[in-house]
Amino acid sequence: MSKMIDEETIENVCILAKLSLNEEEKKKAREDMQRILDYVEKLEELDTGNAEPLSHIFGDKNVFREDIVTNDDAREAMLFNAPRAKEWQYQVPKTIL
Amino acid sequence: MKQYEAVIGLEVHVELATKTKIFCGCSTEFGGAPNTHTCPVCTGMPGSLPVLNKKVVEFALKAGIAANCKVSRYCKFDRKNYFYPDNPQNYQISQLYLPICRNGWVEIETSAGKKKVRIHEMHMEEDAGKLIHDEWEDCSLVDYNRSGVPLIEIVSEPDMENAEEVIAYLEKLRCMMQYLGVSDCKLQEGSMRADVNLSVREAGTRAMGTRTEMKNLNSFKAIARAIEGERERQIELLETGRAVMQETRRWDDNKESSYTMRSKEDAKDYRYFPDPDLPPIHISEAWINDVCASIPELREEKQERYQKKYGLPAYDAGLLTESRALSELFEETAKVCGNAKKAANWFMGEVLRLMKEKSLEPEQLRFSPGHLADLILMVEKKEVSAQNAKRVFERVFEEDIDPVAYIEEQGMKIVEDTSLLNDVLNRILDENPGPFSELLGGKEKVFGFFVGKLMKELRGKASPDTVREALAKEIVKRS
Ligand SMILES: [Zn+2]
Repeated sequence: MSKMIDEETIENVCILAKLSLNEEEKKKAREDMQRILDYVEKLEELDTGNAEPLSHIFGDKNVFREDIVTNDDAREAMLFNAPRAKEWQYQVPKTIL
Repeated sequence: MKQYEAVIGLEVHVELATKTKIFCGCSTEFGGAPNTHTCPVCTGMPGSLPVLNKKVVEFALKAGIAANCKVSRYCKFDRKNYFYPDNPQNYQISQLYLPICRNGWVEIETSAGKKKVRIHEMHMEEDAGKLIHDEWEDCSLVDYNRSGVPLIEIVSEPDMENAEEVIAYLEKLRCMMQYLGVSDCKLQEGSMRADVNLSVREAGTRAMGTRTEMKNLNSFKAIARAIEGERERQIELLETGRAVMQETRRWDDNKESSYTMRSKEDAKDYRYFPDPDLPPIHISEAWINDVCASIPELREEKQERYQKKYGLPAYDAGLLTESRALSELFEETAKVCGNAKKAANWFMGEVLRLMKEKSLEPEQLRFSPGHLADLILMVEKKEVSAQNAKRVFERVFEEDIDPVAYIEEQGMKIVEDTSLLNDVLNRILDENPGPFSELLGGKEKVFGFFVGKLMKELRGKASPDTVREALAKEIVKRS
């Protein structure tokens, strides 16, 4: 039996992911997450003792770019999608450190 | 009261001096208009793909190797997840599981002597954007020009005990980074930032106390004050039977006190996981060797060489190597004039004096070492008086004028013209019979009167030494 997803875990995940779910949605999310864990548990049945840990799915390595400036000022295009902007800056709700 | 000791470890962020950001071709130039150095990658647009700047790896390797670290032959990037508007992707690309360098050390020197501070690890990561509070509309404004600027985070072991050691450690790192050319490490501009982890324990005990992390320290003075303040705060808590809470505190240097930013209860759960966009990095033996070969002579080696090869005192060697820029100017001057001691005297005297007077950093010096060398040689050959040479050097220092031509133009060049000297000498002596008889009578003071008169008349065409010598001979002759 895999770890049970309890109420507390769902609450914590909601806080971390900044989600506000109603009771119905929480119940659904709990079932979905439980299914994911059960699936992972199924995978654990395989003996992977001799396999190297996989860190990247393509097996690529050392993909680099040279240190050359290629981008111009594109702030108009960049700010085009911003819901609110002011003086070429993204305007967001008051955030204090 | 019991005796306490502080246990301090540092997390230092250093902004790397690459031309472009870590994962995109945007410029890292400081001070551009808001959002002029941004693109879909560094603003976290969906579907954009980060590609690693090779120079970042090279710089991180340089820093790690110079700090005696072990290089991870295989390393990769992880995502650190958190929501904050300065972080447009909602995750920061960093290294948790396999940082590029580990287990190093640097040596620091304080009034208590030399000491090693161990480096736990160094890892590569990206910087965040900048938030400004808009009072007018009571909102925040975000500029992503700094978002994606490459950083290395240098994590020390808790090997320091007081502010003096911490500052010596930071100075050491800063000097090392500047010599390596990987960062300019300006605390005020934020290209070097330090978070201080501090706990206290009863002196002589080994168990670690509960530590706090202090942020927002942007000058060496603020760091020293914050360490003293936090040490006292924790001792006060323990003395009154209260507990130190594990928390992050923000230092307010104006109020000289700190306040809680976040406590352990709401400590963030960053849910790190490997970044699938970035393939891992394999660092070959050959690559490490190349980087090793590119590491320049660092300060300690230079100091030693200056003492051994040039015969300079330790104090002078220390000052001349404080920055790579200054040491290079000095070495070039010494090479051209062929006299390291004389060159060192000029740097220790005039160069440092003028830098202080005009509040210039070594990197801002614009005179060519060849010009200073020419001036030194002219003084050596007695072609210009030491006093005039200092005056000429001020022009060299400021405008990099050619001192040889300038001295010629200004008629400061000493030409040892013996017939002219004899003519003037005889004339002056004849014109001043009174003082001359006093001189013959043994009145020493009058000697200076005649030297002054002669120098004025000769307008620098003879050196004071020659004039003194000629006058002395004439006295003997006429008495
Ligand atoms: Zn960009």
